[in-house]
Amino acid sequence: MIFEDEPVPGYSLPILPGHVSPGRLERVLRAGKFAVTTEISPPDSADAEEVYARARVFDGYVDAINATDGSGANCHMSSISVCSLLTRVGYAVVTQISCRDRNRIAIQGDVLGAAAMGSSNILCLTGDGVQAGDHPQAKPVFDLDCMSLLELVRTMRDESRFQSGRKLTYPPKVFLGAAANPFVPPYDYRPLRLAKKIAAGAQFIQSQYCYDVPRLKEFMARVRDLGLLDKIFILVGVGPLASARAATWIRENVPGVHIPDAVIKRLAGAQSQKREGKKLCIELIQEIREIPGVSGVHVMAYRQEEAVAEIIQTSGVLEDRIPWYPNRDRDLAQRAVS
Amino acid sequence: MYAVRRWAVRQARLNEILYNLFEPIFVRLHPLWNKIGYGRVEKPITVVEKSVKSFLFDCQMCGQCALSSTGMSCPMNCPKSLRNGPCGGVRANGNCEVKPEMRCVWVEAWEGSQRMHRGLSAIQVVQPPVDFRLRGTSSWLRVARQWGAEQRHKNEERQT
Repeated sequence: MIFEDEPVPGYSLPILPGHVSPGRLERVLRAGKFAVTTEISPPDSADAEEVYARARVFDGYVDAINATDGSGANCHMSSISVCSLLTRVGYAVVTQISCRDRNRIAIQGDVLGAAAMGSSNILCLTGDGVQAGDHPQAKPVFDLDCMSLLELVRTMRDESRFQSGRKLTYPPKVFLGAAANPFVPPYDYRPLRLAKKIAAGAQFIQSQYCYDVPRLKEFMARVRDLGLLDKIFILVGVGPLASARAATWIRENVPGVHIPDAVIKRLAGAQSQKREGKKLCIELIQEIREIPGVSGVHVMAYRQEEAVAEIIQTSGVLEDRIPWYPNRDRDLAQRAVS
Repeated sequence: MYAVRRWAVRQARLNEILYNLFEPIFVRLHPLWNKIGYGRVEKPITVVEKSVKSFLFDCQMCGQCALSSTGMSCPMNCPKSLRNGPCGGVRANGNCEVKPEMRCVWVEAWEGSQRMHRGLSAIQVVQPPVDFRLRGTSSWLRVARQWGAEQRHKNEERQT
């Protein structure tokens, strides 16, 4: 997909009629294309080049890159700084904001800053508990929850004011995202919780890892029955598992990840577990794509980032689309010449 | 107490009925509270409210009670103080991500709200973030004061 009005990298796209953000992700989704997003794990470093190197591996395969915000309650470079580095060279980013580390004063300041630095998408999260990370002695803030955070950012965008009522001179034009996890209890409440997130302002969802397609189908059917499908773009979380051992570890130690026994058995029985993990991921993507109401996938390939390109390529979900990356148009022109 | 707290959720319907009987009486005492002075009754009422609600719900006295919207399961007992539903970390057995031995406050809330008369509609309403200035104050008196203000407003409208 090539946009005629593609700006000089570092500047925003024009906002199309009916859109809220100047971002490519919203454009791809509203154009009805199957979107692919992924996430970068921010480095434990103050070197910008490390951020760019981590982004480059996705070039040509993803529509936007999430920068996690202290994921798993571990300390890394902040999401906003990673996003601001990436937008300097033109990448579409999803800034993640979790409620664990900052109160509403800090968060509102960050929302303005993120939008000013060219982030067009904000993912509103509650965040993992501090006990899960490398600083369990830290104070958990949780001044807001993901729901009140969504409402807060929507108010800033649509009513051009802080929660206090004080006016903004220019609102943050951001496409608002939230998370969903259909794979953990209380299962029958999960679709209603999605409805609540939509009511609070969510426009797209990036879900937790899906390894249980029947459960996802059930969830999506309920979401459809509730009449929510035309109000939200749902990107389902997927990712390659490196081995049966890794999968067992994740299931036991990463909060909220549900991996059925059959998946672990399949990995354990494979000759190359790593290859089987990728194959499984590709099959999942293809299966998920057929579910009515799914708008894309969010590929989380922690420590296997280099596998994302191959997985997306093999899955065929992009069809003939080449998502934007720095120098894409130059590469395309060169390819056309030769 | 954890056991009592879970009992209170199992009896969410009963607690709803009791509160619905109690609230109208309490707020209609607004003239009395007003006469004595809200500032002066705050302390004793808070002591009573705190002991009743701490015993039943492990109430944390956030000062803006949401029990009617949370299936009688106090959301302030959630380690993330979520007031709008469960996080994505709930364990497969329905227990908390942060405190594995505790049942998720919101799994309980969902069950409790299904037992209540108005629980299912109430749990769908987006709750505003906690106002930390109200911490440790009486929710009951706040409801009474609001009721009083509404009555005054209505009277004023009727007169004009």
